[in-house]
Amino acid sequence: MIMTKELWEGNAAIAEAAICAGVEAFFGYPITPQTEVLEHFSKRLPEEGRVFLQAESEVASINMVYGAACAGARVMTSSSSPGVSLMQEGISYIACSEVPAVVTNIMRGGPGLGNVQPAQGDYFQAVKSAGHGDYHMIALAASSVQEAIDLMVLAFDLADKYRTVVIFIADGAIGQMMEPAEMPPLRPVRPPEERVAWALTGAKGREHNIITSLYLGAENLEQVNLRLQAKLKKIAANEVRWQEYSTEDADFLLVAFGTVGRICQTVVREARAQGMKVGLVRPITLWPFPSARIAELAGRVKGILTVEMNAGQMVEDVRLAVEGACPVRFYGRMGGVIPLPDDILPELDKLDAGVASGREVQS
Amino acid sequence: MTTIEIPADMELVYEYPKSLTEAYMHYCPGCTHGVIHRLVAEVLDELDVREKTIGIAPVGCSVLAYYYFDVDMAEAAHGRAPAMATGLKRVSPDKVVFTYQGDGDLASIGIAEIIYAANRGEMFTTIFVNNAIYGMTGGQMAPTTLPGQKTTSSPTGRDVETAGWPMKVAELLAVLPGSAYITRQAVLDVPGIRRTKKALKLAFQAQLEGLGFSMVEILSTCSTNWHMGPAEALEWAKEHMVPYYPLGDTKVSDGVRALMESK
Repeated sequence: MIMTKELWEGNAAIAEAAICAGVEAFFGYPITPQTEVLEHFSKRLPEEGRVFLQAESEVASINMVYGAACAGARVMTSSSSPGVSLMQEGISYIACSEVPAVVTNIMRGGPGLGNVQPAQGDYFQAVKSAGHGDYHMIALAASSVQEAIDLMVLAFDLADKYRTVVIFIADGAIGQMMEPAEMPPLRPVRPPEERVAWALTGAKGREHNIITSLYLGAENLEQVNLRLQAKLKKIAANEVRWQEYSTEDADFLLVAFGTVGRICQTVVREARAQGMKVGLVRPITLWPFPSARIAELAGRVKGILTVEMNAGQMVEDVRLAVEGACPVRFYGRMGGVIPLPDDILPELDKLDAGVASGREVQS
Repeated sequence: MTTIEIPADMELVYEYPKSLTEAYMHYCPGCTHGVIHRLVAEVLDELDVREKTIGIAPVGCSVLAYYYFDVDMAEAAHGRAPAMATGLKRVSPDKVVFTYQGDGDLASIGIAEIIYAANRGEMFTTIFVNNAIYGMTGGQMAPTTLPGQKTTSSPTGRDVETAGWPMKVAELLAVLPGSAYITRQAVLDVPGIRRTKKALKLAFQAQLEGLGFSMVEILSTCSTNWHMGPAEALEWAKEHMVPYYPLGDTKVSDGVRALMESK
């Protein structure tokens, strides 16, 4: 089949990509700026004979996801920042129970009710995991509609492969913008009789399956945690993804993800036009973070500028990766303000001047 | 369990339910959870659905119910069993799904989830065990604690002026169009236990027939946290709980009515 590019709105594209990836059920609640995800599913899933349900809350949504995941179905929910906060309890249970699930967060401005403008203030929530206990979600961040499509397919595959929660994050700008993009081929949905062995399908001819996150004995729960940590270590070793631009000869490095990662490609071009050799690392997996690559580049550049649409969250992971090898500076905008190349370029100049004068001390 | 040959001149009339495991239950002496577990298991056996049944355990005293029912089981977050059951049943419509929940789990923290599941007419069955107290956390005031009832968090007795009134769940869910069969029973004596079993069977049959949401509320006791002997607790429940929580069906849909009449 010849696939062609079509004009897709980000949110609708996310939903359609999930359908192509074989999602069997969606449970969600309306919230701006991701409501179009839910709307698209409400039309398309019944057309495909699959399950769509508008839940009474995000708390219910994530627990419906948990239930369907226990049955061995490919399942997801979608929300935006305040709604994702409500889901943290369920995400923690899913992480401990080791059932696969995909959550998308089309981030908006916070904290609190904030606003419905694009923001990246939920980096900590996604990457450090805001629910209780020791776990991480695989966190995928898109910077274009096409990448959102590709990462949604990957999200389901990783969730299944590692029996874990994958969070796809984008900001409202990517959710709402329209771009030409190509959908992957429509994968067949896994029939219910082919559901995996651990799933709750009825104890016919086998012992009963139990899915729980309760382990009352201290040693038992420690063993579960050790198993989870071993799995996370494996994910960290195998699944780090990022994109680089012009890093080969760079004197200065930008680190930015999502929408800002895309803006920073323009910054690289404009800085180079002005004679400053700038490169960019754009993390695609926010967890696991491309720490090793950033550490490697930190040994070769004069300084790093991290740009985010928040008060400085990912910059902490950059600093952890750099371990003092070079100065790390931060520039961020909040509340839905998108930093533009003209805002970012002077920050590179400040970094340069600081390094040259020795004022840019190590953080 | 030891197995014995049944002599040729004898007939097996009573046996351990296949839908129960042989695990020792952790429940306190006098607790009625064991009776209710057994009734649910007998009904699953009689309907021959054990191999296609999936149960959801709550947070509360029956949190470990998944060790006792010999069916596929998941353990929910506190109050969220109806949401989990919804997700599970929607992707497995040919399975029999039930939630087993206590009063704190269902009537307090999970009241939204149960109301919406009932109102959507979700095709699963809820077993709601109401003993008017938080047992697992050590006897605090529950949403169903009676007016004046003393608990560790209502030491002078539940004051309805400040704590509100006990939640009448069977009445609450009965008014929702999606509920097919809602009933309140009690396991406080043998006739009540028999009626409870009959109600449980009807509730599961309603699910199998695709008639909508079904719930059996079961008045129960908590000797430990009521600070009473088991026999005294049964009497206390009859004397104090039954008047506030009247027994009987609060909702029988036309479909369930037809089912009752056909049996």
